[in-house]
Order: sequence, then C-alpha cells, then structure tokens
Amino acid sequence: MLAKRIIPCLDIKNGMTVKGIKFLGIKEVGDPVELGALYAQQGADELVFLDITATHEGRKTFVDLVKRIAQHINIPFTVGGGISEIKDAEALLNAGADKISINSSAVKNPQLINDMARNFGSQFVVVAIDAKHFDGDEWIVTVNGGRIPTDKRLFPWAKEAEERGAGEILFTSMDHDGVKQGFANEALSKMSSELSIPIIASGGAGSMEHFKDVFTHGKADAGLAASIFHYKEIAIPDLKGYLKNEGINVRL
Amino acid sequence: MKIAIIKYNAGNIRSVSFALDRLGVEHSITTNPEEIKNADKVIFPGVGEASSTMKYLKENKLDQLIVNLKQPVLGICLGMQLMCSHSEEGDVPCLGIFDEQVKKFVVPKPNPELIKVPHMGWNTITEVNSKLFDETLEGEYVYFVHSYYVARGEHTAATTPYILPFSAALHKDNFYATQFHPEKSGDVGSRILENFIKL
Repeated sequence: MLAKRIIPCLDIKNGMTVKGIKFLGIKEVGDPVELGALYAQQGADELVFLDITATHEGRKTFVDLVKRIAQHINIPFTVGGGISEIKDAEALLNAGADKISINSSAVKNPQLINDMARNFGSQFVVVAIDAKHFDGDEWIVTVNGGRIPTDKRLFPWAKEAEERGAGEILFTSMDHDGVKQGFANEALSKMSSELSIPIIASGGAGSMEHFKDVFTHGKADAGLAASIFHYKEIAIPDLKGYLKNEGINVRL
Repeated sequence: MKIAIIKYNAGNIRSVSFALDRLGVEHSITTNPEEIKNADKVIFPGVGEASSTMKYLKENKLDQLIVNLKQPVLGICLGMQLMCSHSEEGDVPCLGIFDEQVKKFVVPKPNPELIKVPHMGWNTITEVNSKLFDETLEGEYVYFVHSYYVARGEHTAATTPYILPFSAALHKDNFYATQFHPEKSGDVGSRILENFIKL
C-alpha cells in the first residue's frame, strides 16, 4: 500500500537552513546537507529545499548546494524558490534535483507549468500555492511569501495547474503557517477530492495529532513541516511510530 | 568493474551516477556504443516521455545496441517501460525485450479512497524473485513515480499493489528492470543496486 509521506522542508538563505514565522522574522538553524541527511536517516520520505535568497550570487550558491544534496542524500528531494524560466529548472535538474516547485512565477505566467511539464515531465513539476482564507469556500492565492494577494482563487487555480501538467500540488495555508494549530484540513480535503494528482499539505503542524488529522480529515497524500522538526519538537521516528499505531500507512 | 549509464535527453540521470559514487563503483554516463558494449554492466535509467525517448534512442542507434547487450542490464522506471513491447504513452513500439504492454493507470470511478495518478511515493515490493532481491527485501518500501505500468506477467520479478497489482520489477535472461527508483529508495535501494553490481 502506498505510504503517506512525511516531508521536512528546509528554507535556505545563503546556503544555510532557516525557518521564518509566518514568513517573517527569519532565524538560522543549520547546514542543509547535514540536516537533510539526518532527516533521511531518521525516516523522512522526501525533502523540500526552498531557496529564499533573492540575489544572483545566492542563486549560484544554491545550485552548488543542490549538487551536494544530491551527492549525499539517497531519497527524493524537491527544490524551489525563484524558478521562473526553463533554464533555471534545467540547471537544478542537472545538479541532481528530482523535482522543482514553482509558485509566484506560475501565477504570473501559467504557461510556465505547461512548458516545464513538456520539457521535463509532470513528475518533475510541483506547483506550490500559498493562499489565505477569505470567506466560506473562497481562498485567495497570494505571492511573494504571502505578502501580495492575486486575482486567483485556490480551487480553480489548483485545478488549472493540474490541467496544465503539474505532477503535485504543495498547498500552504497562510492562515495556518507558523501558528501550530493544525493544517487547513477542510480546504485540503476539498482539493484532494477535486484533483487527481497528489496533494502535499503545508502550514500548521504543531503536534503528531495534526499529522493524523491531515491524512484522515485532510485527505492529504503528504504532510510537510519545518520548525517542529528543526527545533526537535517532534522526532520523525516518533511521529511515524505514532501514525502507524493510529492506523495510518507509513514507511517505517 | 565498470558500469555504463546510458545517457539520453531526459530525466535525472545524475542521481544514478551519485548513487554509484556512494557505492564506490566506477562508471561513466555515455552514448558511445563501444563504451556501452564493453562495460561490465549497463544501466538504462530514466524519467521522461516514452515516444520522444524512443525516437532519440533510434536516432542515436541505441535501440539495437541495447537489445543485443549480453552483460547484465538494469532498466529503471522509463528504462524498464522502454524495454517492453509497446507503450501507451505516445502509442509507441518499444524495444521488445519483455513481451509486455505498458498501460496508463486509470483512476477508479467512483474513487472513495481518492487514489491519485501519478503513483508517487513509497510502496512495498512483494513476491520478489530475481537476483536483484534477496529475501530480506520482501515487503520493503521503495520509491515510485510513474503514471504508466506493466501488468503482472511471466517476467514479473516483484509485485506492488496500486489500483491493481503491477510489475514492480521484471527479469529475463541478462535483462533486469525496476519500475521504482533504487537510486532514490534509501538504504533498501542501495542494497538492490549492490545486488545488481554483484551479478
């Protein structure tokens, strides 16, 4: 049976792992390769590395870092942050990335999803969506780390991304991110029913129970979190043992 | 020991190379026919689209070369699918090493369990029965990412359940193949690659 995936996310700035709270107030927490290898050894199913460096110099550093990650880590990993052209994706593929995630650049230019899928295959393309709850079923898609609202709505945009060739959706609820009160399970469940590609849930993990809820109520295929792993609030082996006891199929 | 990794126009070939580096095995990534023919073993990796990749193999005269290899060959993911007779992806005749059809997963209707395509993530291998696997690998998790599959048949060397039980691995004579990615399957995947290297 296909296992539910646990995915630690590492935000990278100038080659170091960082974690922001509600995308602000950034703190440094460690070496990405070392931390990634540790998570892989502890049973992480995949890793996500998001480059939040804005400068051109930093981008080059990131490609070098991706190569080091690919050399040392024997589980799949996704890289994202600032990818807006085919050549950005190609550099990361050649460095050894298994998947790329695109976010703001896909909102600005949805055709990019088609181009990426045609060039590299859907399995390589994760469309990340940051959204804020508006009213009822309505969620507003935001860009630039949640700072700028767009005219897109979450559910139609996720469906469009799938139709354009996305292989997975990584949905972050900006209302839940950093608050540690659980994932946006209702919205996740709706998205999972409407789409036929896997959904990675992000934003809100604060306890082991939150992961159980995101897989049962939220119907997510994977749960992503950062700070609870980085700050050792939850150890991955404990989390997976707990989920197995709760009847969730995980890889031990 | 020298392993040739067949180079082609798509996919994360680098990760196979890194996996062999971690195992300390000498290898090259190449399209050179002599280098491939003279290697001790050949890996035919892959992520990509079937019909465009078959076209590339033909243009580079790699299709006949692969079929006629005598040393152990390991096809991975798309590599395994291209070793079959035909793929629904782009409706293309393939290499025909395994007399099997490659079909697209169909999401069941109704779909109460919300089964997704692609089949992406970690799933188990059972009924393992080739030299790629020792009995300790029965029931272990490996990493898959694919939307097309090969049904179970006479060459099935491992089975995985998803929508239906399908061939997670194939074996015939000197040809071995896995639908999953051993190079991305953690320590379990490393053991499978080591078993191939030891053949």
